[in-house]
Amino acid sequence: MKEILIRIDGKEVSAPAGSTILEVAKQQGIPIPTLCHLDGLSDIGACRMCIVDVGGKIVTSCTTKIAEGMEVITNSDRLAELRRLNLELIFAERNHVCSMCVSNNHCELQDLACDLGMQHVEVPYAYPRLSLDASHPKFIIDQNRCILCGRCVRVCAEVEGAHVWGIAGRGSEARVITELGIDWGDAEMCTDCGKCVQVCPTGAIVEKGKAAAEMEKHPELVTTLKERREND
Amino acid sequence: MTRRLDVLVCSGAACVSSHSAAVRDALSREIDENGLSNEIRIVETGCMGPCELGPVMLVYPDGAFYIHVKPEDAAEIVQEHFLKGRPVKRLLWEDPEARRIVEGKKQIPFFAKQVKVVLRNCGRIDPENIEEYIAADGYEALGKALTQMARNEVIQVITDSGLRGRGGAGFPTGKKWQFVASATGETKYVVCNGDEGDPGAFMDRSLLEGDPHTVIEGMTIAAYAVGASRGYIYIRAEYPLAIKRLQIALGQARKMGLLGENILETGFSFDIEVRMGAGAFVCGEETALIASIEGERGIARVRPPYPAVRGLFGMPTLINNVETWGNIRHIVLNGADWFRSIGTERSPGTKVFALSGKVKNTGLVEIPMGMTLRELIFDIGGGIPNGKKFKAVQTGGPSGGCIPEKYLDTPIDYESLKELGAIMGSGGMIVMDEDNCMVNIAKFFLEFTSDESCGQCVPCRTGLPRMLDILKRITSGNGTMDDLDLLQHLGEMIIETSFCGLGKTAPNPVLSTLKYFEDEYREHIEEKKCRAKVCTDLIAYRIDEDACRACGICAVNCPVGAITGELGKPPYIIDEEACIRCGTCLEVCPFGAVHVLSGELCNQDKREGSK
Ligand SMILES: Cc1cc2nc3c(=O)[nH]c(=O)nc-3n(C[C@H](O)[C@H](O)[C@H](O)COP(=O)(O)O)c2cc1C
Ligand code: SF4
Ligand code: SF4
Ligand code: SF4
Ligand code: SF4
Ligand code: FES
Ligand code: FES
Repeated sequence: MKEILIRIDGKEVSAPAGSTILEVAKQQGIPIPTLCHLDGLSDIGACRMCIVDVGGKIVTSCTTKIAEGMEVITNSDRLAELRRLNLELIFAERNHVCSMCVSNNHCELQDLACDLGMQHVEVPYAYPRLSLDASHPKFIIDQNRCILCGRCVRVCAEVEGAHVWGIAGRGSEARVITELGIDWGDAEMCTDCGKCVQVCPTGAIVEKGKAAAEMEKHPELVTTLKERREND
Repeated sequence: MTRRLDVLVCSGAACVSSHSAAVRDALSREIDENGLSNEIRIVETGCMGPCELGPVMLVYPDGAFYIHVKPEDAAEIVQEHFLKGRPVKRLLWEDPEARRIVEGKKQIPFFAKQVKVVLRNCGRIDPENIEEYIAADGYEALGKALTQMARNEVIQVITDSGLRGRGGAGFPTGKKWQFVASATGETKYVVCNGDEGDPGAFMDRSLLEGDPHTVIEGMTIAAYAVGASRGYIYIRAEYPLAIKRLQIALGQARKMGLLGENILETGFSFDIEVRMGAGAFVCGEETALIASIEGERGIARVRPPYPAVRGLFGMPTLINNVETWGNIRHIVLNGADWFRSIGTERSPGTKVFALSGKVKNTGLVEIPMGMTLRELIFDIGGGIPNGKKFKAVQTGGPSGGCIPEKYLDTPIDYESLKELGAIMGSGGMIVMDEDNCMVNIAKFFLEFTSDESCGQCVPCRTGLPRMLDILKRITSGNGTMDDLDLLQHLGEMIIETSFCGLGKTAPNPVLSTLKYFEDEYREHIEEKKCRAKVCTDLIAYRIDEDACRACGICAVNCPVGAITGELGKPPYIIDEEACIRCGTCLEVCPFGAVHVLSGELCNQDKREGSK
C-alpha cells in the first residue's frame, strides 16, 4: 500500500494511506486520550476526547485519515484545556458517584480524569433523574453512568451481530436502548455474550452481583477476537 | 374583447391562511356578474413579500397594490377600479413615511429597493401552470444548456458567476459542481435541500410555492452538467402547499418532455422525486439529510468523505439549497458577467431574506448583496414601529449572531457579517428594539439549538444545555460575573470541537451578545436588572399611589388575586410575593397607574443576597 509522509509533534513519519491520525500516533507511542474509540470497532467521533491540531484546525484523530504533508500536534495548552472542559461536560451530564460505583478504580472515564488532571468540575451539574434496568438475568444497564460512547451499540452489531443496542432520543434526551426500548431482559436477540459489558468504558453496563469497585473489564478481548477473525 | 387587466391574487401560505381563497372567489363572481370575464383574468401567484398585510393583490398593468382585502371588498374593487378606472384608495398600501397614498407598486419603498432575480416569478405567475412559467423564459436555460453547451461549459459559467451556496455556508457552487462532475460512481445524485429548519424562516418555502419550476429547471441543468440521473427534493412535511405545487410542477414538466426520459429529445434523462422530512433542524445538515433520505436516523456523519465524493447511497451527490437552485437558470441564460454586475465582488448576486421582528414591513425581500443593514431595515423594512429605538439585528437564524446599532452601515455579504460574529445563514433577519432583552434572546436561541442537538457528540449534546443552565441562572438573578467567562469558554470550546455545523455555530447568539451587549449581562448579574423588563424574575409591578383612582379593575383582572385595595380609596397594592408577573394589571389599568420596575426599587433582597 502507498505510504504517506506526515509530521506528528515535529517528527516526520510515514504510514500506509488510509491510516487515521490516531493509528499513526499509537504506532509512534504518542498517547492520545480516547473514549468512544476501541480498536476493532468502527469509529464514530462521538466523545471528542481524541482531538488534535492539524494546521491550526481541531479535528478528531480517530476519524481523520492522514494526508500527505499533514502537520499534526497532539498536545498543546489549548488542546489540554479543550479536552479537560470536554471531560467536565461528560461528568456533569449524568450522575457519577465514583465511590459508590462498581467500576470505581477500573473505569476509563475516571482514568482520564486522573490523566488529564481534572481537579474539579466548573460547569453546572445537570443531575438528571435516570433509570436503571436490571431485567437481564446477568447484566445491568445504569443510565446514570452512561456517556453515550456507543461502544455497546457497535460491538453488539459489528462483532456479535445481534443488534440489540441502539440510541434513541435527541440532544440531552439521548439514551442507549435495547431492542427499540423494551427491557433488556425481554430482548430476544441478546445472546448473553457479555461483549457490551466488556467494552463499556464506565460503570454503565456491568455484571450483576458486583459490589463497589469490583467490576473489572477487558475491552481488549474484543479487539483480539476481531483481529483473530480477520486473520482467519 | 382582448384582455385588459390581470389581477394577481397572492396565494402564498400566509395569504392563504388569511383567506385569500375567499377573496379570489368573491372577485371572480363579481367579474362574471359584470360580464368582464373575457377582459379580466385572475392569476393566483406565490408570495409577493409583505405577508403581514395579506391577503394582498396586485393589478396589472396599472400596478395598484391592494392590502388586507376582504371578500366584501370585491364588489367595490370591480365597480370602482375595474369598470370606472378609479383604484379603491382605502385598500391601497399607504406609504407610512410620506403619509400619502401609493398607487403604483414601484413607488412603494418596500418594493422599489429590491432586486428580484430568484423571486422574479414569485407573485407574478401562477405556480400551478407551466405555460406561465414557460412564457416567462422558463426552461429556456435548460434548452440552451442541453443543446448549445458542453457539460463543462455549464460548470464554467456557474464557476465564473461566483455564485455561492445560499444554504448558509456560502461555498462556491461551481467548485462543488466540479467536484461532483469529476467524482466517479455508477449513479450520481442531485439533491435540493429544502429542510429550512430555522424557526420563522420561509424563504425556501415561498420559492417552492411560488415558482417550483425554477428549482426543477436548476436541478435538471446541474444534473446534465455533473452527469446525474436522479434527483431528490427534500422538504419538510410541514410545507403541504409547497409539496403539492412541486408535485404538480414535476408532473407538468414530465408531460412536456422537460423531465424524465430523453429530455427535449437530447438523449439526456433525469427525474426528480420529492422526499418529506420530519422537520428536525439537524436534518438540514447535508450528511444528516442524506442519512434521512436513506431511511436512517437523521444524524450527521463523518466528513470527509464529502457528499460530492461519497453521498447518497455511497454515490457522488450534489446538494444545494433551494435558493441556490433558483439562481441557476438566470445565470445560464444571462451569463456570468450579468450575475457579477449584481452584488459585490466576493458575494455576487442577490439574497432573499425573511424580514421579521420589530420592523414596520415584515415579509419576504430580495436584495442585491452589499446593501447595508440600515437600508434593508429602514428603507425596505420601514424602520422600527411605535417610535421605539433600534437595538440589534439578528442574522443567520439560531446559529447566527446579533449585530448592534453601530454596525448598521455594514454591507450584507458573507465576509462582512462573519467578521461581526454573525453569519449570512439561510436568510433569517430578526430586528429587535429596546423592548428586547439580549440575554433573553440568547437564551431563546440556545433553547432551540440544545433541543435540536442530535445528541451524538459531547460538546453539543451536553455543552449547550450547560450554557443554557448558566443563562437561566443569569436571567433569574442568580448569576455571577464568573459565569460570563464560563459562557465564553464553553461557547468557544463547543464551536471548536463539535462534530457538525449545528454545534459549531450554536453558541454564536451567546458569544455575539456577550461581545456587543455585555452591559446587559452585567446589569442582570450585578444590579438584578433587566432594562427591557422582559426577565420576569427581575421585574416587579407597582401601582403609582398618585395615579391610582381606586377603580379596582386591576384587582378584578389579576388571575392570582395578588392585588388588594378598597374601591374609591387609593391606592391599590400589589403583593409582590403572590404576583406572577403576567402584566395583566398593566394592560387593564385605564389610568396608566401600573408601572414595571427592574433593578431600582425591586429585587432588594436579591441584590443584597448577592453581596
Ligand atoms: C445544523 C445545520 C442545519 C442546516 N440546515 C440547512 C437548511 O435547512 N437548508 C439548507 O439549504 N442548508 C442547511 N444547512 C447547510 C447544508 O449542510 C449544506 O451546506 C447546504 O445545503 C449546501 O447547499 P448550498 O451550497 O447551496 O448552500 C444546514 C447546516 C447545518 C450544520
Ligand atoms: S462510571 Fe466511572 S466515572 Fe462514573 S461513577 Fe463509575 S467509576 Fe466514576
Ligand atoms: S450481551 Fe452480547 S448480545 Fe447481549 S446486548 Fe450485550 S453484546 Fe449484545
Ligand atoms: S452503555 Fe457504556 S458502552 Fe454503551 S454507550 Fe453507554 S457508556 Fe458507552
Ligand atoms: S454537533 Fe450536535 S448535532 Fe452535530 S453531531 Fe454533535 S451533537 Fe449532533
Ligand atoms: S475517540 Fe475519537 S471521538 Fe471518541
Ligand atoms: S404569502 Fe401573500 S404576501 Fe407573502
